[in-house]
Amino acid sequence: MDFNVIKDYLPLYIKAFMLTIKIGWIGIALSLGIGVISAFILHFKIPFFSAVVKVYVELFRNTPLLVQLFFVYFGLPKLGISISAEACGAIGLGLLGGSYMAESFRSGLGAVKLSQTESALALGMKKRQLFTSVILPQAITLSVPAVVANLIFLLKETSVFSAISLMDLMFTAKDLIGLYYNTTECLFMLVIFYVIMLLPVSVLGSIVEKKARFKMFGD
Amino acid sequence: MEEILKVNNLSKRFDDIVVLDNLSLTVKKGEVVVIVGPSGCGKSTFLRCLNGLEDIEEGEVLLGDEKVNPNKKNLSKTREKIGMVFQSYDLFPHKTILQNITLAPIKVKKRNKAEVTEEALKLLDRVGLLSKKDNYPRQLSGGQKQRVAIVRALIMHPEVLLLDEITAALDPEMVREVLDVVLALAKEGRTMLIVTHEMAFAKAVADRVIFLENGKIVEEGSPAEFFDKPKTDRLKRFLETFSYEK
Repeated sequence: MDFNVIKDYLPLYIKAFMLTIKIGWIGIALSLGIGVISAFILHFKIPFFSAVVKVYVELFRNTPLLVQLFFVYFGLPKLGISISAEACGAIGLGLLGGSYMAESFRSGLGAVKLSQTESALALGMKKRQLFTSVILPQAITLSVPAVVANLIFLLKETSVFSAISLMDLMFTAKDLIGLYYNTTECLFMLVIFYVIMLLPVSVLGSIVEKKARFKMFGD
Repeated sequence: MEEILKVNNLSKRFDDIVVLDNLSLTVKKGEVVVIVGPSGCGKSTFLRCLNGLEDIEEGEVLLGDEKVNPNKKNLSKTREKIGMVFQSYDLFPHKTILQNITLAPIKVKKRNKAEVTEEALKLLDRVGLLSKKDNYPRQLSGGQKQRVAIVRALIMHPEVLLLDEITAALDPEMVREVLDVVLALAKEGRTMLIVTHEMAFAKAVADRVIFLENGKIVEEGSPAEFFDKPKTDRLKRFLETFSYEK
């Protein structure tokens, strides 16, 4: 391995790393928003919207991100809507993530025991009061592990952004390999940068997971 | 004495199974009514109907002159006046003991937080759990949790208290500490409907005991008559299952 090559490529990788993180986290923020709204709609069985959310979730969970990105990136301009590759990446990731997050939050809401609702009702609480002060806090705690798993999964999924010529980590690595054939160095750096991007999330995630679990169950 | 709770011809079915069959009952203010009976006889369902946790198909439940109706808009207002304690305690796991108790008075009754806290601490002290006020439910034993659940119901100042097999999930040693609290409440003149399998407790606490089977009242009477001179064969056989002879 040639460390001079690594030193030369470092600025390019850092630039790609920042871009990947930026779009990754914008996409994740979008997915959290979509997920929460979708989960509420499913949980409260809001007519019509429930059906829409179900179709959305199934459609996006059962198609690859790459296909979804192509759809947004090449499809929308045909309808006269043109968006930048960055926006397209973030929206694509947000839509895919939203479908996963929706399921995670919904299962959290569903996992709160019925007896919790009943004891709150017996105390004279109205539906809204019991949702905000009894159900929701427990549901959030219960969905933490699934949400953390989704975060890691979504950040890794950013690697398909290269397909819509976003200069992310994957794109940069492939580009450099194609130009200079320094395959070993380029792939080595690629792995390291993904680990730098994901390790803090998974470490932090398991800390939050433990804390949430402890608060609720004490072990 | 003033009638506080009136059940008129209450019937309920789960699919084809008749759970409550044309049940009527009147409870006076300050009266303690204990309901016993074999598993699946409808005891718990009956209590759940009284505060609208179950649909009422036929008949009516009246608290004073207010009808308890699961489809009514202001059911929550009526429920404030009916306290209920469940077998599985059902404290809120994400809140401390003190928060568990003060949540409903503050949110539902919009009472002043300082005043509610003061009352909560007094009640906790009464059941011997003042030192646990900042703990979480998971840090308490079953008996302690159940005493907190009773306090949580009491702080709403209910007119009637429904206790649904509140010691059924407890170790024998813990049963006593919970039942002592209930006995003290009975002495205070609280109106209570109690479903239990603890016959000695029923005898001590009840003004009236009811034997329920297949959704019907088979026999009722004062504890003395009920336990010592049961009239029906069915009740005799039921009571025999609780006594052992060598």
